[in-house]
Amino acid sequence: MSLKRKDLLSLAPLSVDEIQLILETADSFKEVTGREIKKVPALRGRTVVNLFFEPSTRTRTSFELAAKRLSADVINFSPSSSSVVKGETLLDTARNIEAMQADIIVLRHPSAGAAEALAVGVKSSVINAGDGWHEHPTQALLDLYTIRERGLSFEGLRVAIVGDVAHSRVARSNIHALAKLGAEIRLVGPPTMLPRGVEKLGARVYYNLDEALRGVQVIMMLRLQLERQGIALFPTIREYARLYGLTAERVKLADPGAIVMHPGPINRGVEIAPEVADSLSSVILDQVANGVAVRMGILYLMSGAN
Amino acid sequence: MPSSDRQLERLVMDAGDIARAVTRIAHEILERNKGIKDLALVGIRTGGVHLAHQLVKRIQEIEAASVPIGELDITLYRDDLSLRKEQPILRKTSVPFDVSDKIIVLVDDVLFTGRTIRAAMDGLIDLGRPEEIQLAVLVDRGHRQLPIKATYIGKNIPTSREENIHVLLEEEGEDDRVVILKA
Repeated sequence: MSLKRKDLLSLAPLSVDEIQLILETADSFKEVTGREIKKVPALRGRTVVNLFFEPSTRTRTSFELAAKRLSADVINFSPSSSSVVKGETLLDTARNIEAMQADIIVLRHPSAGAAEALAVGVKSSVINAGDGWHEHPTQALLDLYTIRERGLSFEGLRVAIVGDVAHSRVARSNIHALAKLGAEIRLVGPPTMLPRGVEKLGARVYYNLDEALRGVQVIMMLRLQLERQGIALFPTIREYARLYGLTAERVKLADPGAIVMHPGPINRGVEIAPEVADSLSSVILDQVANGVAVRMGILYLMSGAN
Repeated sequence: MPSSDRQLERLVMDAGDIARAVTRIAHEILERNKGIKDLALVGIRTGGVHLAHQLVKRIQEIEAASVPIGELDITLYRDDLSLRKEQPILRKTSVPFDVSDKIIVLVDDVLFTGRTIRAAMDGLIDLGRPEEIQLAVLVDRGHRQLPIKATYIGKNIPTSREENIHVLLEEEGEDDRVVILKA
């Protein structure tokens, strides 16, 4: 079993075996990240370019750390400090980066499909680090890793994904992967935030949070994208917090051992109450820690010679 | 491999030979290190792990005391990773003790080019600074490509490069054997 792909663009086309391979590979790197010397020589001489057209601290730092712990050379490239402001297209930018012999390009872009477009145009491997509302495959993989690390198995796992599902690439990647792995997915939010036809992906739709949380083993909260609220999806933030915010009371409706996840950055007191974010059932910081190990695994698997 | 493709399979060590070699190596380890103080065994995945367990068991029988054992996956330290099209499957390294200041006996089934041992030494040193690293192998088949020598050898078996040596070790040891396959 190996990952016979040049690029990692979305989880939709991945097989269960490929997902399992990535998770098992990440296990080995989790051990590496627990060592005193957290570095292995596996990607010596390789160059990884972080090409981020959207602000990101967590994902970019996570990829940077992952690449560095594999001994790759890392270049961070963000549009504000580059020729993009001078009108260069994405593909031209990427071709220039490729001409400098980048082996792997990690792309974050505000447009859905940007990673796919780039992958077709360059020989380097492309890893999608979030493209518009489309997918964020590495985030979903680290979510899966965190669930698995807690000893939960995916077959029949009851998962509630709460919030702005329609505009969430994290949700989309997770839905694809969890459905493949046989989980029972419940999507919860106001009707304006739940895409029509989402049931086709194998999920059930709920508008009432209390009802959706009953008996779930995983509560996956989505960030309320306050910066996108030019589009009026609900009357006030206060009303949203009251109807869809995760409180300690609501967590009690879930399975006693349920875990609370959030891709970050969290809006305390909006989608998640501070005492829930800091509670024992919260695995939010585990997700961040696991992100490095999972991304090391992905970089390793994608680093085969071209 | 279908049996029809196996032109010749020659038995070079049977279960008894292997058991006696393991017993002798266990004694040699204890003799050289004057007992088990600061001693630990690390098997190289996957072939060395079984052998390391057998050696630890034998040492335990002789000294009536246990020796720490670890398992090392050397994949991330291979020198051919940048040449391969697909990356090999990783297995987990599990060395549940501090290697610093210990006498570590690396254990592998077959010593061939020496590249695996080079990788294993690098991997081990990333975990700490052992006082000493020694090497125990069941079979030394020659053809070294690096200046590496085993401290303890079960059997020297001269081979040609085209031949393959297979070490088959079972949990119980009944069907243990070493065979040469001619390509």
